[in-house]
Amino acid sequence: MVAVAAPRQLPRLWHRYKQALVVGGIVLAWLVLWLLLRNFGTLPLDASELTPLHRWINSVNDAVGASRNSNPVFLYFFNEIRLVIDEFVRFVQALVAQPSFGRPVPVIGWLGVVGIAGFVSFVVAGWRVALLAVAGFVFLGLQGLWQESMDTLSLTLAAVVISLLFGIPLGIWAGLSDRANRVMQPVLDFMQTMPTFVYLAPLTLFFLIGPASATIATLVYAAPPAIRITAHAIRSVPHNTVEASESLGATRWQTLVKVLLPSARKTIVLGVNQTIMAALSMVTIAALIDAPGLGKTVVKALQTLDVGTAFNAGLAIVVLAIVLDRVTTAATERRTLPRWALFGGLGITAVTVYFSYTYLWAAEFPADVEFGSSIRKGATAVTEWAQDSLTLITGGFKDFVTFALINPLQALLAQSPWFLVALVIVVLSFLIGGLRSAFVSAVCVGVLVATGLWQDSMITLASTLVATIMVMVLGVVVGVWMGRSRRADRIIRPVLDAGQVMPAFVYLVPFLALFAASRFTAIIAAVVFAAPVAIKIIADGVRAVSPATVEASTALGSSSWQTIVKVQLPMARGALTLAANQGLIYVLSMVVVGGLVGAGALGYDVVAGFSQSNLYGKGLAAGVAIVVLGVMLDRLTQAAAKRWTN
Amino acid sequence: MARHSVLGAVLVGALALAGCGGAKVGDSSAGAAGDCGTFNLAVNPWVGYEANAAVLAYVAEKELKCKVTKKELKEEVAWQGFGTGEVDAVVENWGHDDLRKKYIDEQKTAVSAGSTGVKGQIGWYVPPWLAKEHPDILDWNNLNKYADQFKTSESGDKGQLLDGDPSFVTNDEALVKNLNLNYKVVYGGSETALIQAFRQAEKDKKWVIGYFYSPQWLLNEVKLEKVKLPEYKAGCDADAEKVACDYPDYDLDKIVSKKFADANGPAFNLVKNFKWTNQDQNTVAKYIAEDKMKPEEAAKKWVEANADKIKAWTAKA
Repeated sequence: MVAVAAPRQLPRLWHRYKQALVVGGIVLAWLVLWLLLRNFGTLPLDASELTPLHRWINSVNDAVGASRNSNPVFLYFFNEIRLVIDEFVRFVQALVAQPSFGRPVPVIGWLGVVGIAGFVSFVVAGWRVALLAVAGFVFLGLQGLWQESMDTLSLTLAAVVISLLFGIPLGIWAGLSDRANRVMQPVLDFMQTMPTFVYLAPLTLFFLIGPASATIATLVYAAPPAIRITAHAIRSVPHNTVEASESLGATRWQTLVKVLLPSARKTIVLGVNQTIMAALSMVTIAALIDAPGLGKTVVKALQTLDVGTAFNAGLAIVVLAIVLDRVTTAATERRTLPRWALFGGLGITAVTVYFSYTYLWAAEFPADVEFGSSIRKGATAVTEWAQDSLTLITGGFKDFVTFALINPLQALLAQSPWFLVALVIVVLSFLIGGLRSAFVSAVCVGVLVATGLWQDSMITLASTLVATIMVMVLGVVVGVWMGRSRRADRIIRPVLDAGQVMPAFVYLVPFLALFAASRFTAIIAAVVFAAPVAIKIIADGVRAVSPATVEASTALGSSSWQTIVKVQLPMARGALTLAANQGLIYVLSMVVVGGLVGAGALGYDVVAGFSQSNLYGKGLAAGVAIVVLGVMLDRLTQAAAKRWTN
Repeated sequence: MARHSVLGAVLVGALALAGCGGAKVGDSSAGAAGDCGTFNLAVNPWVGYEANAAVLAYVAEKELKCKVTKKELKEEVAWQGFGTGEVDAVVENWGHDDLRKKYIDEQKTAVSAGSTGVKGQIGWYVPPWLAKEHPDILDWNNLNKYADQFKTSESGDKGQLLDGDPSFVTNDEALVKNLNLNYKVVYGGSETALIQAFRQAEKDKKWVIGYFYSPQWLLNEVKLEKVKLPEYKAGCDADAEKVACDYPDYDLDKIVSKKFADANGPAFNLVKNFKWTNQDQNTVAKYIAEDKMKPEEAAKKWVEANADKIKAWTAKA
């Protein structure tokens, strides 16, 4: 096979070779000019310095705040939205989490919630997953975090329900109409990459402190996956199916309901899954504006650097995430249950709910059986051991990566004159994606300059690139391993889930001890969060390579190494490019967390803007800069992917 | 057949459990609230504040029979809550002249409710081992001598001055420039980053100099030493770019919403009269941070040992 294809590939190879030469030439020219023009025109801005734009945003923010109590938009529009959402969340909380209706306990106690969780999982996902759900929920109680978990669950479910209520119709619309899709894309990009810290304080101005603000903060981040994936699902229904339906005289509505939605169902459920995960990853941030639940436990524990307590609460979030993930994933398969099982399950559930309504032992999780304290002690012990014994090695590793990789890249990006970097970016974009890409990049560069935060943007860009490289290395190594071995997949996957939803600060406390407050610590935090996504995508891609091809290669006497490098990876290149793209976006979403552990630059600007009102405008501008970096890198990787996979 | 047996089993199980059911919900009910009404207390995210809030909440609940709602918020959001009517009191405020101007002078939604009696100090600190081995480091004039020792991967060829939580006002960049120090300000970005750095520094005898403040629970554990900067004189920090003097001492005070003050209820009276010392706050903060007590328990322990102080706070004006 390889031998036959070779001659036809020659011209293409030559073309690639030429292109590599051109890119090499550009980089060389850049280096030379860097030597000559270093530290000239770098557009720096001190931490406390502001531009007129930042001051203007401040004044707008102040004016809005001052008019809050007289402005009709506030009184009649935002207040109404707030009321509806507040009532909805409080209702769910009253059901499962908070003392309500004059009772000292919620309407449904722990036994009833476990019963319902088990039954629902049983119906939509089968008995194995139901067992997992029951075990998971009981685990939350045993951790001594029942009420906190239920508060988090209430808020998450409310945010997810509202996200889907708007997200699925919008997704369908974007799936059916190209124009709607084009308008929605940038809005969704904005919602996903704009750091939450930027809009957290204004949200409480619009929707007051309480469940409504927390829910809205969560759904801004959680709704986009539902919209995107629904649109994608509708678009991927084969054309001839739709045409067949239309030629049979079906109306548009009938086609939608009878053909499009059923065929897209599986993918749409995946969107629901992603929305739930995204909502859970917001738990700690929402706690900063008084969102009830596990996030508060984490935030509070971290004030005294109590890693044990924070880890215990973080683990509860992970358990919730894994249960909800497995249930929704399994729900993509259609299943029918025998009637006796359905009614039997319903009966048992009704009984558990009744008990938990009536009896104290079934309402409040018994406090004397728990292993939360053991988890706390264990986590503290492990952290202390790591901090005591690994610092020398980790410190050396940090210094090595910083001097070998981060510093040179940062010097090149942040010490070159801005117009030089801008020129390089636009020319490279042209080579990758033609005029269109060059235009998009030029606009993005222009906005970065306008934010007044060019140099900070370049420092953040350097760290982002280093983090993405590390994510891809990990993604390929672990992803190939998981793609080739089912057992590895089964063991590693829960660890990846944990990496995605464990609140970052839980592991950042020991990381700060190991790597000190530095850019490297920020990069590691981003890698922990972004690598799981890349690994999962690559693992699925490698697994999707047809077994016949792999067998053929093995039969021809290729070693495992050859099979991976010559067959599996090239055939999974669609997955590789997707992984790089998603890896980048996820890394960028950690820029602000990086600002909390020593990354400085844009991340710190956003954090400072959240903490000091006179820096608010600068924080917002930094948020915009992060979004713009995200859009630029996203479009570039997509264009590169298109070239490479065609 | 199968269906009947399942339903039967469920019923039998239900009856069996109901027989040994135990205490029913609502058997014992809690007491009702008094005439104080609801007291919305902001809780900012640091332990010293938590100590103030815990004691105030405990007294308001137990002595005045208020219904206390604690709201965990960052400072900016808490102040914003004065205007929207969602926050009644902030009970440890560190300066924040910008917020004062905006909410007290301009929007007139907040008013000061006097000092908490706690003195706040901001400055540059070094770990105790360093102060002991090189006592002259506690004078800023000698800092350049040691700059090389403070180099890190982040500060390049200069010494690193670690800054922390951006919630606190910092003049450090200007100070470094105006005092001609061979240092670079590196932004740790959070209190967590600062605490870890100082802890590690003391344990492994590492060179760290950074921005910190007292009262802070860490000082009970690691007795950081303050570096002497040129003395603060009123007005020497007026121009942010020309600052070349130490930070002023802060008289940490209480801010309440205008509405809350005008209503002049028992909770406001309590907040207004609340006054204790750094020592008092440190005691409660230690209960919370080191002894890992719940804030309510910590407050109870302190209140029971200090009944006379409580009496002064709850006395009618």
